[in-house]
Amino acid sequence: MLKVTIDDIPVEVPEGTTILQAARMIGGDIVPPAMCYHSKLKTSGGYCRTCIVKVEQGSAKDPRPMPKPVASCRTTVMDGMVVRNITSPENLEARAGVVEFLLLNHPLDCPVCDQAGECHLQDLSYENGKAETRYDFDKREYEPTDIGDKIKLHMNRCILCYRCVKVADQLTDGRCHGVINRGEAAEISTYIEKAIDNDFSGNMIDVCPVGALTDKTFRFKSRVWYTNPVDAHRNCDKCCGKVRLWNQGEEVLRVTARKDEFGEVMDNEDGSTAWICNECRYDKKNLSDWTIEGPAKINRHSVISANHYDTLKNIQKTTIKMMGSKPHGVKSELGAGPLDPNNQ
Amino acid sequence: MLTNRSKQVVKREMTWLERAYFPAILSGMAITFKHIFMRKATVKYPEQTREFAPVYRGQHVLKRDEAGAERCTACGLCAVSCPAEAITMTAAERQKGEESLYREEKYASKYEINMLRCIFCGLCEEACPKEAIFLTDRIVPSTFERDSFIYGKDKLVEPKDQPVDVSKRQTPAVLAFKNDKKHKHNRTFLDKVLPKAKHH
Repeated sequence: MLKVTIDDIPVEVPEGTTILQAARMIGGDIVPPAMCYHSKLKTSGGYCRTCIVKVEQGSAKDPRPMPKPVASCRTTVMDGMVVRNITSPENLEARAGVVEFLLLNHPLDCPVCDQAGECHLQDLSYENGKAETRYDFDKREYEPTDIGDKIKLHMNRCILCYRCVKVADQLTDGRCHGVINRGEAAEISTYIEKAIDNDFSGNMIDVCPVGALTDKTFRFKSRVWYTNPVDAHRNCDKCCGKVRLWNQGEEVLRVTARKDEFGEVMDNEDGSTAWICNECRYDKKNLSDWTIEGPAKINRHSVISANHYDTLKNIQKTTIKMMGSKPHGVKSELGAGPLDPNNQ
Repeated sequence: MLTNRSKQVVKREMTWLERAYFPAILSGMAITFKHIFMRKATVKYPEQTREFAPVYRGQHVLKRDEAGAERCTACGLCAVSCPAEAITMTAAERQKGEESLYREEKYASKYEINMLRCIFCGLCEEACPKEAIFLTDRIVPSTFERDSFIYGKDKLVEPKDQPVDVSKRQTPAVLAFKNDKKHKHNRTFLDKVLPKAKHH
């Protein structure tokens, strides 16, 4: 076991763990946000740089700091490593720069976008970004392409995280879409116009951190915050059949996989990932098709969860002041960080 | 006794002047007579109407842009901000050829405000990211049927030939932002079509 300290919180993790995974073991506000990394997809991560952290001490043997911020999703921990995320103002400054770059070409069409309300980029820019852009030029625009009757591709919104490409590689046989062209002209496409109709292709929608890939059967039906998420299951011979239904009254508007607090698709009891098939996702839109388990826990990405954006500022102060120390079992209790207005 | 506010009631005999009756009548008449020359508290509505405050919040309007396309994109922020839950809407996708009718890819196919629920707080106007909904100085007329208080798009969207003036409800900062064509959402259908047409 290796001992690492992230934002002054020590944690012991097995060898080969990345900084991001170690931070997730601690949990709370110190977890770096991730746009391209998805723990259930192999070789994902390392593209977007939103998860950058400052490594103050490389290891116990070699205590020199790393010269520049590192991507925590791709950097494995060393024994005695000291990492700073939200307790380092220059790291937050660097992340704000990354957000600004991600938003350069991202259209401001959240009022139109179906992902609004559960969009990781929305959360990221709200929590880490600056209120204004300094970019004067026109945003990049693509000709709309049709990739089938179930998935809507909105290339203007894409941040090229490669998650959907990895889903197609690792979940389906015979990937027929990918990133074509390079640099500014890079885009997700099937190259020769072709429908993506593999049984598990719908999972691309769930892993997309922005509104680039959305469900056509849910398109403009409602807004996420008006729907009522419930967990449900059915016997499916293709997939695990464990899904989240997004209802409005008696009507099932949308079916998605269950996602955890980090916005990633959850695991089943046997350890496999709960990807769902297209039949469950698109064709089972009656409540009678499903066995309802109960209301879904609203995750941190949701506008429905109250006081979501306040937690970064207001957690620890009072409890530590009143109790003199960190209470047991409270994971997100930190020392006063740079975001704390009382901390000078 | 607890509040020390109890008072002893005294039934006092009236004086001779008070019993004389006429002085009291005269002073009452004087007060009444004085009011004939004072400013009246009422106006003769509907011939005469009161002056409204510049920020009066009355019946809503759904604005069109300069090219006559509906600004509302059915984002639902007005409905989620509404404390009285008076607003409901259904979104639809804009079809090819409807670009001059609706500004965005998505529009409100149905938009209803229940005027019986509405408290005219103006939060919908504040929440609107598209400068689409405004409260105006028009009064919602009273009727006898409850159904007629549910205002649909036919009553809310401003007629193309009679634009509703909302300039009093827009601060200079809001207007400057609205006219800045650098923002894509401020470009109208004409702005998108005309530069291309000039090349040909």
